[in-house]
This record gives sequence, C-alpha cells and structure tokens, in this order.
Amino acid sequence: MITKRIIPCLDVRNGRVVKGMNFEGVTDVSSPVELADYYSKNGADELVFYDITASFEGRKLFSEILTEVASKIFIPLTVGGGINTVEDFDRVLKCGADKVSVNSGAIKNPSLISDAAKRYGNQCVVISADVKRVDGVFRVFAKGGRENTGMEAVDWITHCVDLGAGEVVLNSIDTDGVKNGFDLEMLKAVLDAVNVPVIASGGAGSIDDFIDLFKKLPTVDAGLAASIFHFGEVEIKSLKQELNNNGINVRLC
Amino acid sequence: MIAIVDYGVGNLFSLCSSLEMIGVNAKVTSDINEIKNADKIILPGVGAFGDAIEKLRQTGLDKILIDEANNGKDIMGICLGMQLLFEKSYEYGEHKGLGLLKGEIVAMDGRLPQNLKIPHIGWNGLHFNKESHLLSGIKENDCVYFVHSYYAVGCDDSLVATSEYGKEITAMVQKDNVMGCQFHPEKSGNIGLSILKAFCEGR
Repeated sequence: MITKRIIPCLDVRNGRVVKGMNFEGVTDVSSPVELADYYSKNGADELVFYDITASFEGRKLFSEILTEVASKIFIPLTVGGGINTVEDFDRVLKCGADKVSVNSGAIKNPSLISDAAKRYGNQCVVISADVKRVDGVFRVFAKGGRENTGMEAVDWITHCVDLGAGEVVLNSIDTDGVKNGFDLEMLKAVLDAVNVPVIASGGAGSIDDFIDLFKKLPTVDAGLAASIFHFGEVEIKSLKQELNNNGINVRLC
Repeated sequence: MIAIVDYGVGNLFSLCSSLEMIGVNAKVTSDINEIKNADKIILPGVGAFGDAIEKLRQTGLDKILIDEANNGKDIMGICLGMQLLFEKSYEYGEHKGLGLLKGEIVAMDGRLPQNLKIPHIGWNGLHFNKESHLLSGIKENDCVYFVHSYYAVGCDDSLVATSEYGKEITAMVQKDNVMGCQFHPEKSGNIGLSILKAFCEGR
C-alpha cells in the first residue's frame, strides 16, 4: 500500500536554512546540505527546498547547494521559490531537482503550469498555494503571503490542476507558525475538489497533529513542516513510528 | 563501464550521482560503439512512450539495444525505460516497444478503484514474486519511490516484484539478462542504491 509521506521543508536564503513565523522574522538554523543529509537518514520521504533569495548571487549559490544535495541524497527533491519561467524549471532540474513548485509565478502567468507540464510532465509541476481566510472565504495570497490576490482558493487550485499541476501543496497562512495543528477544514475543501496528491502544510506542532491529519483526512497524501523538525521538537523517526502504531501506513527505515 | 543510454529524454543527474555513490563507472552516452563496448546497459526514461520509442528508432538505438540484449548483455530499464522493453504500449495510441519482454503497458485510469489518485506517486512496499539477484540486498515490504500513470500487464514469468495500489502493480521484472524497475531506484534511498548495486555487480 502506498505510504503517507513526511516532508521537511527547508527555506534557503544565502545558503542557509531559515524558517519564518507567519512569514516574518526569519531565524538562521543550519546548513542545507547537513540538514538534508540528516533528514534523509532519519526517514524523510522527500525534501522541499524554497529559495527565498532575490539576488542573482543568491540564486547561483542556491543552485550550487542544490547540486551538492542532489549528488548525495537519493530521495525526491522539490524546489520552489522564484520560479517564474520554464527556464527557471530547467535551471533547478539540471541541478538535480525532481519536482518544481510554483506559486506567485503561476499567479502572474498561469500558462507557466501548462508550458512546464508539457515539457517535463505533470508529475514535475507542483502548485503551492498560500491560503488565508478573509471574511470567511479562502483567498489565495501571493508574494510570500503578503498580497491578497482576491482569488478563491479551491477555484484557483482546481484550475491549476486542470492546467497540468500534478501535486498540490496547501499552506494555510492562518495556521502557519501557530503549531496547533494543520488546517483540516481548508485541506478538506481542496481534497474534495482535486484528484492529485495534496500535501498539508502549516500548523504542525506535535506528533499528534500528524496523527490527527492522517486519521481525519484519509485522502491527504503528505504532511510538510519546517521548524518543528529543524529545532528537533519532533523527530521524523519517532513521528513515523507513532504514525505506524496508530495504523497509518508509513515507510519505516 | 555501464552505459546509460542518452536519447534526449529525462533527467539523468540523480541516476549518475547514485551510480557514482556506489562506486560504479558509468557513462551517459548515445554513441553506438560505447554502448556495444559497455559491460551493462541502463535504459532510463521519463515522459511519454510514443515519443521515447520514436527517438530510439530515429537514432537507431532500438536495434542496438535489441542486439545487445539478444547477445546476452545485462540491460536494465528504469520507469519508462522499463516499459520500453515490453511488446506494446497503449499510452496515447498504440505503440510497438522493443519487445524484449512479453507483456504490454496499459493505463491505470479505468483499471484501479475510483478513489485512487493517478499518477501513482510516492513510496510503496515491494512484494516478491520470484527470485532475482536484484533483490539480494533488500527485503519484502521495503519501500521504493514510484511516479507513473501506466503499468505493465501480462508479464508472465518475468514478474519479480509487485506493489499494491488498488491491485498488484508490476514493480520489477527480469527475464535472464533483461531487467526493469517501474520505480526510480535512484530516488529510493538505500533500498534503491542496493538494487542498482546488485544490477551492476551482476548475476
């Protein structure tokens, strides 16, 4: 049976891993290569790297780091951040990424999804959406959660899947950094609307939050988190053991 | 030397890195002589069956692969590369494959329970069907990483291992010197490296 995936996310700026609280006030945590190696040895099913650098030099550094990670670590790697063109896809895929996640770039130009899916296949294109409730409606936010696009989230994500996105990362801005559990209500709305894998992001604070996620939403495919893994609050090995004890099918190693 | 057949499809970075990691001398090549002189051949592949087989035909690599396999050289297909080893595929039409293995490639869509997502993406456990040296370093239920929407049926005696996704899905095949993995060993952690090592070390 297919297993539920546990995915640590590494935000990378100037070659270091950082994690924002509600997207503000980032703290330097550790080296991406070391963290990636540690995670892959301790049961991470996949790694997500977000490049939050804006400068050309930072981009170049990110590419070098990605190449180093990909030549040592043999689990799927997803890369996001600053992906605006098919050339950006090409740049990170050549460094060893397997999937590329688009967010603001697809909001500006939705055909980025179809163009990339045509060239690299749907499995390569991940739509990452930052979503927040505004007056009771799920709205899509751009630019790292700072700008309300006014688009309704389920409509947007469904549209992206129709265009060729093969996977969805749903990040709830409402629960991000709060560490009080995933946004089950928001996730359910998306899970009911699309038939591609959905990765839950934002809100994990404890092992119980993951158990809750997979028990209450059996069709969700993966749980993604950053700071609780980086700061060692939750160890992936013990998390997976606990999930297994609770009857949730995971890859134990 | 192991020849990784380059016919312009797919990303070979991880495959090359993983072979380097296990200390194997491999070369990405489309050169006919290099493929003929190689000890073993890996046929990778990502994308659509029709495009891939067409590229192999245009370059004449299809005949080389068939000849080398018939001469007894070890050859392993990965993902789409495995599918190409079979007789036929129904991915967007009907395409003839290399015909080195009996069986054909069909869509998951319409053949799996409706609630299952397609493509089959993620880590899934292996169930052994028959002995193969490729399994020497791994055990039943070890997980490997899949990404595919089509799968092989009618493999008969070549079926080495399956994974359960609504039904038993062909995961590994072997008939003598012709082998294949539907999953990506180069993305399957130590289990994948172990399978690649077993292939490279030989029967």
